[in-house]
Amino acid sequence: MNNVFVICEIDEGKVVDVSLELLTKGRTLANELKCKLEAVALGHKIDGIEKELYQYGADVVHVGDDERLDPYTTLPHTAVITGLFEEEKPQIALLGATTFGRDLGPRVSSALQSGLTADCTSLEIGDHEDKKAGKTYKDLLYQIRPAFGGNIVATIINPDCRPQMATVREGVMKKEIYDKHHKGKLNKLDVNKYFKPEDLVVKVVERHMEKSKVNIKNSSIIVSGGYGMGSKENFDMLYELADVIGAEVGASRAAVDAGFAEHERQVGQTGVTVRPKLYIACGISGQIQHVAGMEDSSMIIAINNDPNAPINRIADYVITGDVAEIVPKMIKYYKQNTK
Amino acid sequence: MGLNIIVLAKQVPDTRNVGKDAMKADGTVNRAALPAIFNPEDLNALEQALRLKDKYTGTTVTILTMGPGRAADIIREGLYRGADKGYLLTDRAFAGSDTLATSYAISRAILKLEKADIIIAGRQAIDGDTAQVGPQVAEKLGMPQITYAEEIISADKGKVVVKRRLERGVETVESPLPVVVTVNSSAPACRPRNAKLLMKYKHAKTITESQNASEDYINLTNDRPFLNIPEMSVNDIDADPKWLGLSGSPTKVKKIENIVFQAKEAKQLTAADDEINELMKELIANHTIG
Repeated sequence: MNNVFVICEIDEGKVVDVSLELLTKGRTLANELKCKLEAVALGHKIDGIEKELYQYGADVVHVGDDERLDPYTTLPHTAVITGLFEEEKPQIALLGATTFGRDLGPRVSSALQSGLTADCTSLEIGDHEDKKAGKTYKDLLYQIRPAFGGNIVATIINPDCRPQMATVREGVMKKEIYDKHHKGKLNKLDVNKYFKPEDLVVKVVERHMEKSKVNIKNSSIIVSGGYGMGSKENFDMLYELADVIGAEVGASRAAVDAGFAEHERQVGQTGVTVRPKLYIACGISGQIQHVAGMEDSSMIIAINNDPNAPINRIADYVITGDVAEIVPKMIKYYKQNTK
Repeated sequence: MGLNIIVLAKQVPDTRNVGKDAMKADGTVNRAALPAIFNPEDLNALEQALRLKDKYTGTTVTILTMGPGRAADIIREGLYRGADKGYLLTDRAFAGSDTLATSYAISRAILKLEKADIIIAGRQAIDGDTAQVGPQVAEKLGMPQITYAEEIISADKGKVVVKRRLERGVETVESPLPVVVTVNSSAPACRPRNAKLLMKYKHAKTITESQNASEDYINLTNDRPFLNIPEMSVNDIDADPKWLGLSGSPTKVKKIENIVFQAKEAKQLTAADDEINELMKELIANHTIG
């Protein structure tokens, strides 16, 4: 009872990365709270899925295996999770901020009347003193996230409601095997006891999933463009630079909103978090929402015509000037000086 | 037979264009300096509603927005683009609401309106980016939800068929009505204002806004009742005050910090050829690239 839970997302029979990242984080939190880490995995034909979850630190794995749980639809998953949580009373429940987690999380939180914080960039344990009520809360989950378009960072707490729920984007937490030989306990759920007939009314009639063409998360060099690129045409020169130096193209939210690049390329709090060897930020001012997704890059080059752009403060190299003039020079030098 | 559609829309500060003047001297955000806009994805939602209205004769599109008095702008904007009517849900008791308390208030208001077949909202608002209110409203109303919608393909014979845009592809789902649908920015953009509708509704006002109106205006609205934008307060929606505002919000803000980056010692360069070449040479030499 009162343990840390991670609601795992299963894609084609495999646990997705963000769920494993959350198990790693959840393990740390559970150790600090001196409680257990439990994982929930719902799907169909997922026999043996618990083994990997044990390795990432789960002490208990709840598995619901039923054809009505795959492909994912909101209501049956909500029914099982809500029912399970009412029995187990977790103190913390974490989900990936994917379309899965952002569809399921709010529904569960509303059903349980518990708070949910979206897209956290950091999770910590801490105390809280409510001076007005004269109450002190021990060991709350600090849910830390940029807010207001990334112009501020807020620490959110849920003092009174349980579970304290949070979603986290893929790549924000690090995934690490806890112990290859760690063994937990398997709890096979009888999902039928949670379903009501009205939970089964939504049908998936067609699905076309493809492997993502863009892989910025695992790219060691990223050339990223912002609104300062000025136009789609200018932005497109970043593909040439990326192609030449073997990089992937990323984008800031403003560039995605302006239609310069597709959403898959968005780096930042509401996009992907990256840690490449080299990050070249072109025409990116550096709002926290963006910086939160790339500040751990080993080297950062900022190209911007504004010498006071916030991005310059975290950059290793600051090139002040017209990006449309500088990028072609970089391409030219590279082409002339390598084979 | 037409549909009864409610579009949930929010007025938001334009957080995408936070310039230097939008930050106060102490480094906090100067909200007053940010223009208030129609939340972008709510416009995508409105367009989906208007397309259903074009397709199914007799369909009514109602905008529901929650916010301060000035949020009536959202309703006028919706009317200019083709919505039939709008309601402003406004009360000081809503102040400090998190997504759950907001969803509760909105769901209570929806129950007071004509029974909806489809409730359409933007996926998320740009001031919070939570994407929680749509699903939470659905849960409070006991309706199914379809999030990340890109197109409402059809809505007849008591069911809706919706194409969803997910991380790695698309999915088509079918749900009985009534249902809550939240729409992505990848859906078609909203049609512009219609000149005739702009003329028709430009004097539309809420009761609060028309308090100091001239006699001429009162006479005008007597002839044209569609110019009245109804307001709803806590008393109109049978809400339990303990689920509203701060007391109805399980999440609390413990701390707000402004962003101050830890400045690194950066090498400063200009666009001059030799400086760029020197940098590239260094990157190639230390195998950062190449």
